[in-house]
Formats: sequence, structure tokens, C-alpha cells
Amino acid sequence: MPDIKVAIKSLYKIFGRNPHSMVDLVKGGMSKSDLLEKHGHVLGLDNVNIDVKKKQIQVIMGLSGSGKSTLIRHINRLIEPTSGSIVVDDHNILSMSPAELRDFRRSKASMVFQKFGLLPHRKVIDNVAYGLSIQGIQKEEALRRSNKWIESVGLTGFENHYPSQLSGGMQQRVGLARALATDADILLMDEAFSALDPLIRSDMQDVLLSLQEQLHKTIIFITHDLDEALKLGDDIAILRDGAVIQSGTAEKIILHPADDYVTDFIKDINKARVLKVTSVMAKDKKIKGPEIQDNVIIEDALQTVSQSGSNGAIIVKNGKKVGTVSLTDMIMAIARSTKNTDSDTIYR
Amino acid sequence: MSLLTEFPKMGRTDLRDFKKSIDEGFRDFTKNYGEAIENFFDPLLYFLVWLEKLFLNTPWPIIMASIALLVYFGSKSIKLTIGAILAFLVIGYLDMWEDTMATLAIISVATIVCISVGIPIGIMMARSNRTQTIITPILDIMQTIPSFVYLIPVVMLLGIGKVPGLLAVCIYAIPPIVRLTNLGIRLVDKDVMEASEAFGASYKQKLLDVQIPLALPNIFAGVNQTIMMALSMVVIASMIGVKGLGVPVLRAISNQYLALGVMNGLAIVVLAILFDRVSQSFGKRLQAHRESGHNA
Ligand SMILES: Nc1ncnc2c1ncn2[C@@H]1O[C@H](COP(=O)(O)OP(=O)(O)OP(=O)(O)O)[C@@H](O)[C@H]1O
Ligand SMILES: [Mg+2]
Repeated sequence: MPDIKVAIKSLYKIFGRNPHSMVDLVKGGMSKSDLLEKHGHVLGLDNVNIDVKKKQIQVIMGLSGSGKSTLIRHINRLIEPTSGSIVVDDHNILSMSPAELRDFRRSKASMVFQKFGLLPHRKVIDNVAYGLSIQGIQKEEALRRSNKWIESVGLTGFENHYPSQLSGGMQQRVGLARALATDADILLMDEAFSALDPLIRSDMQDVLLSLQEQLHKTIIFITHDLDEALKLGDDIAILRDGAVIQSGTAEKIILHPADDYVTDFIKDINKARVLKVTSVMAKDKKIKGPEIQDNVIIEDALQTVSQSGSNGAIIVKNGKKVGTVSLTDMIMAIARSTKNTDSDTIYR
Repeated sequence: MSLLTEFPKMGRTDLRDFKKSIDEGFRDFTKNYGEAIENFFDPLLYFLVWLEKLFLNTPWPIIMASIALLVYFGSKSIKLTIGAILAFLVIGYLDMWEDTMATLAIISVATIVCISVGIPIGIMMARSNRTQTIITPILDIMQTIPSFVYLIPVVMLLGIGKVPGLLAVCIYAIPPIVRLTNLGIRLVDKDVMEASEAFGASYKQKLLDVQIPLALPNIFAGVNQTIMMALSMVVIASMIGVKGLGVPVLRAISNQYLALGVMNGLAIVVLAILFDRVSQSFGKRLQAHRESGHNA
């Protein structure tokens, strides 16, 4: 498929002395806890299949230990899989020679780390230029390009500081600029903002989104934070014990959680802020009301509708009417489903 | 005779023959290869002799000025610089200048040899656990075996002179730099290494841009210890023909000259303290920015 950038197929990762002999057991359905108890091996990834679309932000979400870091490190082969395949732009990552792999890491996929991973003995500017210097690009040219990226992440004036002289948020801006400077199409971000406090974190999310508007990278973003996932993700995959239990758009996951684990994950979010009017769109001729755009979230639509005093709204897309939405449907959609509230305790 | 009261041992003639065969084997080895090995070390000898002559033939005020400059740029401390100048004035005044220069020469050469051999070995050790398990016990032996024991084969092979003395010093002084290079590289922050790997750095790029710079404070601590240990070998080295402050100490021991022994001994101590203070404060300055930044 042309619009798939990274295709992960039947990926298994087992940690331990003799992982290859365990693959069949896992394929036969052995669980993570059984594998550990009976065979002393850790199941890292369990039959992961994800297609990451071009120029989109694919979020991978899961609790601690669910295998998120393990998964993202397979994409640039910092970790070798036990079985499965990873194809990026028609190139199988797993059949690359060491030299080809280095080339891939230098020019195709760059990474941003939770703990920043900056070179403490180099100034900000030299850290940003690090990827370029590895590529063998001339110092002057590398510094020129780095300056541009320092500006675009808002660090102008700090070029000659050392990382230890910067706050966490600023250090991660350096990390982001370093990753962008290599012009790689793919950006791998492993809990890149998790070490930052909430306000700074929200800032960084905005920085990333506004850069993405111009750059259109394919971003794989790991987080354990649902709000972050919803804010950034075009697509979201939820990982548990190394297996993908649900993937799709935020709306799909919120409206149709695959199981109790997912329900538990999403139970505290404000659905009115996430769901768009199109998720409860109908074609009801009786509904009269104001016209609203199709990408409006329910929270805003409710406000518009209630101000107008009508029983619903007309949805328009590119100036054409595409359907209607009723007040009751919107309220039903954002109401908490009572069905699953008793499962609260299970995954705590 | 009971097996319990008498330890079961090799027969006397067998033992004598055993030792004799080892001795003769080594003597044959010396006969066949001694000259080749001596020739191999010739460049080192020329360098040592050249440095000794340089130190001795240069007018003392110039040496003094160079020492003062080195101390100042190493430590950035005026106090230490003045202390160094005073110490060398006293040394010269008490007629120990020539011996001190000879000692400085051999310590300098030994340090250069130890660094240029020790750092690569340390890097190799850090690269693989196998190499580490092989080299560590060898280093332990080098540090604990009494120096007189390895003087025997060295002297048999190369005779008495500067080169065997230098070798003896190096064998004793090289372990710290090897160990601390290995340790320093292994202690480099895993996250930084992973980042470097993720950006596609080759082994050489990782080594030169990340591992060695970040290990530098530790490597430098190794250099410091190596110098200290080399200085402590000065007296033993003088037993096999190395000139320097060790010679008068030896003479003082055999003739019971208290003042001579103490004076030269103190001169060695003064050199050690100077080396140590200068390299410590230099090392401290290396440390700046090399620890990971604070994580939020
Ligand atoms: N080198 C390893 N050897 C053995 N087990 C490992 C190794 N690396 C990871 N694991 C195991 O694999 C599982 C997934 O770990 P991973 O670090 O990918 O989780 P994560 O989702 O990133 O968690 P976190 O949110 O805490 O970062 C865990 O059970 C972990 O113990
Ligand atoms: Mg992780």
C-alpha cells in the first residue's frame, strides 16, 4: 500500500536465554505470566501488527511494562526481534547489513528519548549538529542547518549553553531539534515528554504539532498518558502485555472500546472534547438548527446548539450539507457508559 | 613415613631438574632473542637518553620557568606555582638537581609509554567482557607480584641498564591506567550511548565522540595514579642501573647515610605531591559538563 510508511507484521520479542525455542509456545497462546513462571522468559512483544501511515502521528499507548519501548526500538533495530518483519518504504529493516542499518538510522529515522540522551560535554549547537556530524557533513554546513532548527524549537540564544545549564523542557527541545536536523522522514519518540511537568509538557506538545503542520513527518509517539495520546494521535494503538489489544482513531477507541482494559483506560476522559459531531451524525429531516462544520467537537457543538435553542444542528463539510446531529444523541454519546463502571478495580 | 605428617612432594633431583630446565630454557631464549628484543627497545632508549640530556643541559632557569608554566596551566593556582618554584630551588640548593632531572626524564618516558600502551588496552577491555576477564587477572599479578621477581627475567633478557629499569617501572605502573580507562568507558551513561547508536554512529564515532570524552575524568585519574606508582618505583629501578634520585637513596641504605637518604626521599615525595596536585586540579576542570544534565 502506498500510504503505509512502516509496516510491522507478526512481531514477537522474547527476552531470555533461549528465545527462539519459546516462539512456538507463545504462538500457541501461552501468556506472559505463564512464560515467565514456567520457562523463565519474558514476553516483550506478542504478535504485534501495526501499519503506520505516512505523514501521520501514530501513538502507541500502554501501561508501564506493556512493551512500548521495546516496540519502538525495533523500528530502528536497537533491539533485534525474535520473529516477524518490519518494512519501511519497501525495505525490510531486518535484512539490512550493519552498514545499511547505520545509513538507515542516520538519514531515515531519528529518535527522541525520555531521558533526552544529550551529550553532556557538548554545547547545545553541537548536540543539535550531532546527527549531521555522524553523517560526515562539514562542520560549517552542519552548524548552519542546526541553527535553523534551534530557532524553530525556540532555543535561540542558548546555542552555547551546555545541556546541564538548561531546564528539562529546554533539554528536550534540544533533543527534538537534534532529531529534526537529520531530515529523517520518521521520528521515533519514546515518552519524549513524560519527564516534563504538565505545563511544559503541554507546551512541547504544541511545539510538536505546529512543527508537524509544516514538516509532515511520520511520527511514532509513545506515551502512557491518554490526554497526550488524544491530543497528538491520528491513530492510536493500545498495548498490553506486549500485544496490541486495539488500534484505530481516537473516536473509534472511545466509542467502541475493545475490552475492559481499554474501557478502564478511557473512563476518565472528557468525551465531549474528543468526539467530533460526525461520530453521532444522522440524516434526520426533522432536525432544524445552526450549521456547524464537520470537524467540530461535541463540546463546542453543544454550546452552539443550546445557545440557538434548537433540537440539533446541520453538519456541513466544504460548504455542503452532509447530515444532522441531534441534541439527545450528543448527550448520549458523551454520557459515561454505566455498563463498565464496575470493572474499575481490575487493572489498577 | 606417614602421608599425614610429611607433605607429598617432588623428589629432590626431580625438582632441581625441573627448575634447571626452566632456567636453561629461558637462557636459550635470551641467547636467541635477547639481541632482537634489545634492538626493539632501542628507540625507547634513545628517547630516554635524549630527554635526560635535554633536562640536564638546559640552563636551570629555563627548566624552572617551564615547570612553573606547566604547573600554572595545569592547576590554575598561583599558590601551587610558587610552591613548585620554591621546592625546586631547595632541591637545586641541596645539590639534587641532576638526579631530579634524571628522575623526571624516566618518569616522563614511563608515563608516555604507559598511556600509549595502557589506554588502547583499556579500550579493548571495555569492548568485550571476554577480554576483560582475561586481562583483569594479569593486571592483578602485575600489581601484586614482588617487583624483584620480575626484575630477574627482565635483567636476564636485557641486562642492567636504563631500558630494563624503564620496563620494570612500566610493568608496575601501567595497571591503573588500563583499569580506569576500562571502567570509565563502561560507566558512560547508557542513555547517551543509546542515542549515539540510534543516530547511526559507527564504533569509532561512538568511541571518539562519546566514550572517550565522557570517560576522560576517569582516564585522567588513571594517569595520575600511574605517575604516582612510577615515582614509587624510582628506588627499585635504580638497583638495575637507572639514574636519578633512587641512586643516592640506595647508597644511603648501604652506607647508613641518614641525611642523604632522607633528603633524596623527600625530593621524591615533593615530586609526587606536585604531580598529584596539578593533575588533580586539571582533572577537576575536565569534570565540568561531563556529568549528565539534571533530569526534570
Ligand atoms: N533487556 C531485557 N531483558 C529482559 N526483559 C526485558 C528487557 N527489556 C525489557 N524487558 C521486559 O519487557 C517488558 C516491556 O518492557 P518495556 O521497557 O518495553 O516497557 P514500557 O512499556 O516501555 O514500560 P515503561 O512505560 O515503564 O517505559 C517488561 O516486562 C520488561 O521487564
Ligand atoms: Mg519505556
